[in-house]
Formats: sequence, C-alpha cells, structure tokens
Amino acid sequence: MKAYVMTFIVGGIFCAIAQILLNKTQMKTAHILVTYVVGGVVLSVLGIYEKIIDIGYAGATTPIIGWGHALMQGTIAQIEAEGLIGVFTGGLTAAGGGVAAVLLFGFIMALLFNPKTKK
Amino acid sequence: MKDISNKEYKELYEQKRPKAKLSTNCLKAFCVGGLICMIAQAFNDIYTKVLGIGAVNAASFTSITMIFLGALLTGLGIYDDIGRFAGGGSLVPITGFANSVVSPALEFKKEGLIFGVAAKMFVIAGPVIVYGLSSSMIVGFIYYIVRMILL
Repeated sequence: MKAYVMTFIVGGIFCAIAQILLNKTQMKTAHILVTYVVGGVVLSVLGIYEKIIDIGYAGATTPIIGWGHALMQGTIAQIEAEGLIGVFTGGLTAAGGGVAAVLLFGFIMALLFNPKTKK
Repeated sequence: MKDISNKEYKELYEQKRPKAKLSTNCLKAFCVGGLICMIAQAFNDIYTKVLGIGAVNAASFTSITMIFLGALLTGLGIYDDIGRFAGGGSLVPITGFANSVVSPALEFKKEGLIFGVAAKMFVIAGPVIVYGLSSSMIVGFIYYIVRMILL
C-alpha cells in the first residue's frame, strides 16, 4: 500500500512541476518533455535518480524523466560489459522497448482511428 | 466607441483575460499524474508478482502497456479530454509521450501515410529521442573516459 501512496505523491510532484513550467514560463510541451528526458539522464549518472525510484516506485519510472534514466542506466551497463561500443548500443538496449512500442502502437492507432471533428 | 491606444488595450486585456489559476492547475496535474503512475504501479505489480516476470523486463512491459493505453485513448479522442483537464498531469507520464506521437499523426492523416502519418509522428517524439539519446551517449562517453582514468 505504501508503494501506491508514494507512487501517487512522487508522480504527482513531477507533473505539478511541469504544470508550473507551463504556467509560468514560455515552455511548450516539447520543451518540457525534452528537459525532463535530459534531466533524467543527468540525475541518473549522478546516482540521484536511483534513489528517487527507491522512494517513488512507478511514480518515478512512469514520468518521461524515468525514460532518460533508463537510457543512461542501459548505457552504463553496456559500457561496463562491452567497453566503448556500449556508449552507442547501451541506450536503446534498456530504453528501446518504449521507443519501439511508441512507433508501432502510434502507427497502428493513427491508421485505425480518424481525427475527431473539432467542436 | 472610443478609440484606445495599444498600451491601454494591453492593460485592459491583462485585467480582463481569464487567468489560469496556478494552484488549481497544479492540483489537477498532481492528482491526474499521480493516478496515472498508480495504474502503472498496478501493472508492474501484476507483471512481477502474478506473472513472475523479472524486475527489469517487467518495467519495460509496464512502459509498453502504458504506451499502448495512451495511444489507444488518444485514438479514441479521450486522452485529449484528459489533457485539457490535467495539463502537465497527462503530459509528463509516458502515456503523454504516446499521445504526442498519435495526436499529430491523426491530425495530418489526410496528407498521406508517409508525409502525413509517419512523418508527423515525430514532431514532438523526434526532439525527445534526439536529445535523450544524444545526451545519454555524450554523458556515457564522459563516464567511459572517467572510468578509464580511475581504474
């Protein structure tokens, strides 16, 4: 149960920060997603994001910042295992599932559905 | 009707325009975003505890499931309604990433399957992937150098 409460709180905080940025700055959705992903990469290599996941469970892995963390952890793991080539192969080893799923499901849904007429 | 200068107009506009209340917006974003993450946590628990999938793969399956749901709800036109209510709450979770792919793909569908659907899928996802992968490779390279010096 504690995991779900912490998930709600941590996930909520990441979303509330995005809302503040939307309201108070000129940032658009793409800026926020890019900032979050790069932020995830940096927090991950510093070992900070691992601790946030220990606290926030899916509240830390579901926001797009967690995808940045997955990219970085994959890169580090492949560098440890394979050396320099890991710099190039590591990111998509760990975070590739999400990219592949977005491409496949995104394409299928765009084929299946038609845009709703704007009211 | 009396003429007003640009400056007066701007002042009037600032007074009269509907102001989005930051506190209400944040609360909505917090709650909806928190709920989406709880759904992800539930899937993660099902994958690890019920189906016995390892932690790393279960996390990937959870992401893939959430992406599927985000894409489906966008296709059905439901996710955009959630987005209007929740703002950042539906943007930041990975379901919002799926939404940012499907939404422009649908909107430009009439321009064809190549330049419409397939190209427009990357309007927002493209920059996210470019910056995400590039930064992880650059930071990874620095990590590799530092590791070589220290070991």
